[in-house]
Amino acid sequence: MATDPKTSLSAASLQSPMPSPVSASAPTVTDSVCMSLENVTISYGSFEAVRNVHLELPRSRVTAFIGPSGCGKSTVLRALNRMNDLIPGCSLKGRVVFDGHDIYNPKVDPVEVRRRIGMVFQKPNPFPKTIYENIAFGARINGYKGDMDELVERSLRKAAVWDECKDKLQQSGFSLSGGQQQRLCIARAIATEPEVILMDEPCSALDPISTLKIEETMHELKRNYTIIIVTHNMQQAVRVADMTAFYNAEAVEGGSGKVGYLVEFAETEVIFNSPGQQATLDYVSGRFG
Amino acid sequence: MFFDPSLSRNRINKLCTTVAGVFATIAVLPLLLVLLYVLWNGGRLISFQLFTQLPPAPGMEGGGIGNAILGTLIVTAIATLIALPVGVGGGIYLSEYSRSGWFAQAVRFSNDVLAGVPSIISGVFVYGLIVATRVFFNQSYSAMAGGIALAVLMLPTVIKTTDEGLKLVPQELRWGAYGVGASRFVTITRVILPAAFTPIATGAVLAIARAAGETAPLIFTALFSPFWPEGIFNPIATMSVLIFNFAIMPYEAQNALAWTASFVLVVMILAANLLARWIARAARP
Ligand SMILES: Nc1ncnc2c1ncn2[C@@H]1O[C@H](COP(=O)(O)OP(=O)(O)OP(=O)(O)O)[C@@H](O)[C@H]1O
Ligand SMILES: [Mg+2]
Repeated sequence: MATDPKTSLSAASLQSPMPSPVSASAPTVTDSVCMSLENVTISYGSFEAVRNVHLELPRSRVTAFIGPSGCGKSTVLRALNRMNDLIPGCSLKGRVVFDGHDIYNPKVDPVEVRRRIGMVFQKPNPFPKTIYENIAFGARINGYKGDMDELVERSLRKAAVWDECKDKLQQSGFSLSGGQQQRLCIARAIATEPEVILMDEPCSALDPISTLKIEETMHELKRNYTIIIVTHNMQQAVRVADMTAFYNAEAVEGGSGKVGYLVEFAETEVIFNSPGQQATLDYVSGRFG
Repeated sequence: MFFDPSLSRNRINKLCTTVAGVFATIAVLPLLLVLLYVLWNGGRLISFQLFTQLPPAPGMEGGGIGNAILGTLIVTAIATLIALPVGVGGGIYLSEYSRSGWFAQAVRFSNDVLAGVPSIISGVFVYGLIVATRVFFNQSYSAMAGGIALAVLMLPTVIKTTDEGLKLVPQELRWGAYGVGASRFVTITRVILPAAFTPIATGAVLAIARAAGETAPLIFTALFSPFWPEGIFNPIATMSVLIFNFAIMPYEAQNALAWTASFVLVVMILAANLLARWIARAARP
């Protein structure tokens, strides 16, 4: 994989004042690449939020994004399924390759991209519909023709929330607790049968028990899905992630604010035990700032 | 440690409370008096024949305001059928499609201006546009023209409440819908609009209630008719114009009908407002 000519070419042509990411050589695991970012720079208006990201996300693995607040983790995550399109003024340079195609190619339909790359947000956001409809909605608009009852049950089971929901499927999604709502949102994302699930701090509003349940869910899911999760919780990254990407932000000359960049991308074990960069070591050992 | 009423801050506090209370009473007094007065003068004449009979010829006794009640319902329905789709569509455009472009700003501004335009202007406008030009089957005054004039009045309220109601829908909900692969159309019609149903419905009902009581725009457009409604392209009786006409007639029976019509109209508008409150409170999903 490291011999992929395109990757090494763009890595070589990278001219950045920042420490060059060691990502190009990182994934030594023998699985295939699911998505790859090639020299991605994302700006809000004229402000560059993250610069020159190179990343290869392995298939059927959990990848964690960690880093200090404001370094652009959410921004990169949203770029993976074109969610940034919804933010006025947000633009992307570089390529995000999924299934052999650049998803930012003008011919690509973002709706189709989001059907294959689902997303779970930081704040639980169930639709103001019944629990059943919350699940069925996405499946139906994706053209699901099979047994809907069965799909609803299967999705809720996969998201570890079936037992809490099975007696109140016709009640509003808001009648659940925050943690249950978040798992309902995960079930909703699963029901559309995406290939990749993006999660932006899915557990930040949850108690430890719900968090553990969601982590178990992720372990279950990674057999069939590629998962990318943003988290501020180091232990969580260690517990769930196979690969970890550490981002940081730095003030640059002539810039209007701090610009985020990818510092290091490697197996979670490596990132937390023997990282290649001093900044990573400082961050994961809590000596940051 | 103990409350001392003779302290100057406590005396000023008391004075201010009293003054505010007096002004508040003065403010609600007109509403109370109007309700009581109309109730007293109009309420005692309520009867069944009022809703089923035509007004009497000048000088005759008895009769009812059945045609005017029906006419108000028809004209308001026409206005609603025009203003609701256009207004909700416009609000959706402003909030969902063009959040802050210059065109949206211009539309919002002119909408606010339109909301402040006196209702008689809307009547004169529709008179010039439709009545004087006889565009509808060569008819001049008609229920249709009246409905359009009322729709012009309703439009700003409906657009504004739709726009504001949609803005209240949390951004996360839109993201959630897009996140499961919904297109913009599906997101708006199946997720955003249902979520904003309450404020939109409330605004629409209030706009309808306000339009139902308007007189000035109808005098120029729907005119009046002593008969039962004859289709929507003929002049039609409405309650507000009936009140306007009958209250100044030198006949006892007509004056009494004007009072009763006032009472019925006030009750209808009150009911619409209660309906709006009920919608606003009705169990959210
Ligand atoms: N909608 C937006 N409009 C303008 N700038 C934005 C927007 N969203 C994020 N930014 C900027 O982009 C940078 C990266 O933000 P981002 O939300 O990606 O950070 P993050 O790493 O997810 O932080 P956190 O850990 O706090 O969630 C920040 O400087 C932020 O101010
Ligand atoms: Mg974030």
